[in-house]
Amino acid sequence: MTEGGIKHRVESGRDLQALEKKGLELLYPGRPRIAVAMASCGRAAGSGRIYESIGDELERRGLDASLVPAGCPGLCSREPLVTVLEPGKARIYYSGVQPADAGPLVSALAGGEVYQKRALGAEVEDRLVVTGRQIDLGPPPGNLGLLADLDFYRPQVRLATRNCGCINPFSIHEYAARGGYRALAEALAGDPSGIIAEIKKSGLRGRGGAGFPTGLKWEITAGSGHDEKYIICNGDEGDPGAYMDRSILEGDPHSVLEGMIIGAYCMGARHGIIYVRAEYPLAIKTVGHAIAQARELGLLGENILNSGLSFDVEVVMGAGAFVCGEETALIASIEGHPGEPRPRPPYPARQGLWGKPTCINNVETLANIPLIAGRGGDWYAGLGTAGSRGTKVFALVGKVKNSGLVEVPMGTTIGDIVLGAGGGPDGGRKLKAVQTGGPSGGCIPASLVDLPVDYESLTGAGTIMGSGGMVVMDESVCMVDMARYFMTFAAGESCGKCTPCREGTAEILDILDRITQGGGRPEDLDTLDELSRVVKDASLCGLGQTATNPVLSTLRYFRSEYEAHIKDKHCPAGVCRNLTVYRINPELCIGCGLCAEECPGGAILGRDDQPRVISQESCTRCGACYRICPQEAIFFTGRGMPGA
Amino acid sequence: MTGNEYTDIVKRHTSPNGRVLSILEEIQRKYRHLPEEALRAAAEELNLPLSQLYGVATFYTSFSLQPRGEHIIGVCHGTVCHVKGAARVTAELEKKLGVSEGGTTGDGKFTLESVKCLGCCSLAPVVSIDGSVHARVKPETVDELIKSAIPGGAPGD
Repeated sequence: MTEGGIKHRVESGRDLQALEKKGLELLYPGRPRIAVAMASCGRAAGSGRIYESIGDELERRGLDASLVPAGCPGLCSREPLVTVLEPGKARIYYSGVQPADAGPLVSALAGGEVYQKRALGAEVEDRLVVTGRQIDLGPPPGNLGLLADLDFYRPQVRLATRNCGCINPFSIHEYAARGGYRALAEALAGDPSGIIAEIKKSGLRGRGGAGFPTGLKWEITAGSGHDEKYIICNGDEGDPGAYMDRSILEGDPHSVLEGMIIGAYCMGARHGIIYVRAEYPLAIKTVGHAIAQARELGLLGENILNSGLSFDVEVVMGAGAFVCGEETALIASIEGHPGEPRPRPPYPARQGLWGKPTCINNVETLANIPLIAGRGGDWYAGLGTAGSRGTKVFALVGKVKNSGLVEVPMGTTIGDIVLGAGGGPDGGRKLKAVQTGGPSGGCIPASLVDLPVDYESLTGAGTIMGSGGMVVMDESVCMVDMARYFMTFAAGESCGKCTPCREGTAEILDILDRITQGGGRPEDLDTLDELSRVVKDASLCGLGQTATNPVLSTLRYFRSEYEAHIKDKHCPAGVCRNLTVYRINPELCIGCGLCAEECPGGAILGRDDQPRVISQESCTRCGACYRICPQEAIFFTGRGMPGA
Repeated sequence: MTGNEYTDIVKRHTSPNGRVLSILEEIQRKYRHLPEEALRAAAEELNLPLSQLYGVATFYTSFSLQPRGEHIIGVCHGTVCHVKGAARVTAELEKKLGVSEGGTTGDGKFTLESVKCLGCCSLAPVVSIDGSVHARVKPETVDELIKSAIPGGAPGD
């Protein structure tokens, strides 16, 4: 998947234009271009086989078309996704494509038709966000709506994810054709402090979780007098339920590199490191490829674009530790130690990797930098709210119809994201809660759907922005179980260095385990509340300081659910097995026997078309019968409830 | 597995940044665990205390001091996989493979692990087999999944 073409160094604006020209020929090749979304999510859904099948079909029919891999366009729940662009026509998005669709899809293409069966929407123009340029593709086909009009895409403004799903991530030319490296060329011709001023003006805050103003961080690092400095891209995206950084690294790696090179120029750093977690092998491969390409063209290395700037980047792979997302733990990890945080100050901007000034920025933060450098701070600040400028990518996942990555202006409401873009809970169920910020965040109840999503509003509601995970929960999710889940995570990932986090999370987990197993005591709730506050106040790093947010927020909004577990020995969602009793309503049961076939424990008694009965002695309370019953004759109740 | 092989691995990793991690990662990949002699050889070559390498080896979940199976089956227990039934997938795999989570089958063929989040949340629950991710896994079909992902890989064969 490497590309030929220009091999000599890019030294001037003219060379960059040549790169761009070649990229435009690849993006708009004058023959059909078929792009298969092949990020990790696409591959998991089988896009590798789709890519091969389409290739085979093209060859079989002798159809001259360009077939390329692309990143993820965001709508992951509809993967595998394929786009087809014919000269002079709108780009067509296809979703849920199966290998068997390759034949009819290519056949439709050969006849100049749209393959209706899998068509999702049309795109009539490409907007190059970096330059503001618009490229008209062609009119949409009569019987297909616009992609931009789909619920999922309507509220979106894709800045950080501007190229994901559009370009071949292995092509530096295609990145250049979308305006890539232009901002760098302009930046290198100007004054570093001017760019820092623009970033400060943009109001950009760190997208990794803490939300520290990026411009200020750059200014402090730039002012830390030292001849050796580092810039680190934090790609240790550990929050379960968030994967925008993976998607950007896999779909548009050069945007992150360009952000880092601009940062290096502004802060005077010579060394760059991209730290990627081990669970993201494709991101590691894609970024490694991008670095090699940039190096080959002289965009990394000595004297970049004849500016005198020398900067190079290497990839360091993590080894499975959530705490390494914390910046001092990440530094310890790169230095060859266990990932244990240390007290700050000194902050890494003064004393970081190997004791040298170090700026650590998140992937999404860096992907925004070329846009701000190119179009100015005011332009970026024009989006979002007063305290939270620009856009944020959210991983809209869980019990929601349209699931994937959505990038919206800050201040968009929870409802616009979850019910609008997401289409609400799947299967017509009722929305119960939205969890943001992963293990460091909290659960917002459905009653707060009008809450604007920005740093301040989320904090006020008892949760955090975090890295942008947004897990939708319907009535089938138990909030006490969720708190227990996150506490299991935090207790397991606590590095053990400070006592409040190490002992506190374990103690809280013990109590939650007991409650979900039916041994809850009335005084537990006060203990949970007090312990959670102590861990929050007394822990050394962000992991411990936020680890109890899931407990505090569920106690705040879903206290009655805890009480049901404790007093009635009842899990209203039917998730906590030890509290749940399954019964069959003889009046609704038609005796079809499906439940008995499904039951792994042979606990369902009765025969022929007689109503079935569940033997409570043999029942493992797995709920398989409840899920399979076509008559909804099976119900559950709490162990301590009347009639149980 | 001679000390020289380990030393060669150490010598290949020249950048100081992430050096210890990348060396141990390569040893782990090659030998499916970190043998004691490998840690000793690496510590000597790097001129670092063995205790530091032992600390790293036991801190990060990617590393194991015990040999792992030929094939690694990782059930994702990220938030979404959790609410979409990852526990049932793990339970079924435990039954099929005859090991509990974290364990390796007696024949050394499979290791069953729990992984934190593979970032494929829209396709939950997901399972990774030898690094490739499989979408929307159902407990009922884990058998077929293993068979199709690993040639000749039927558990219990």
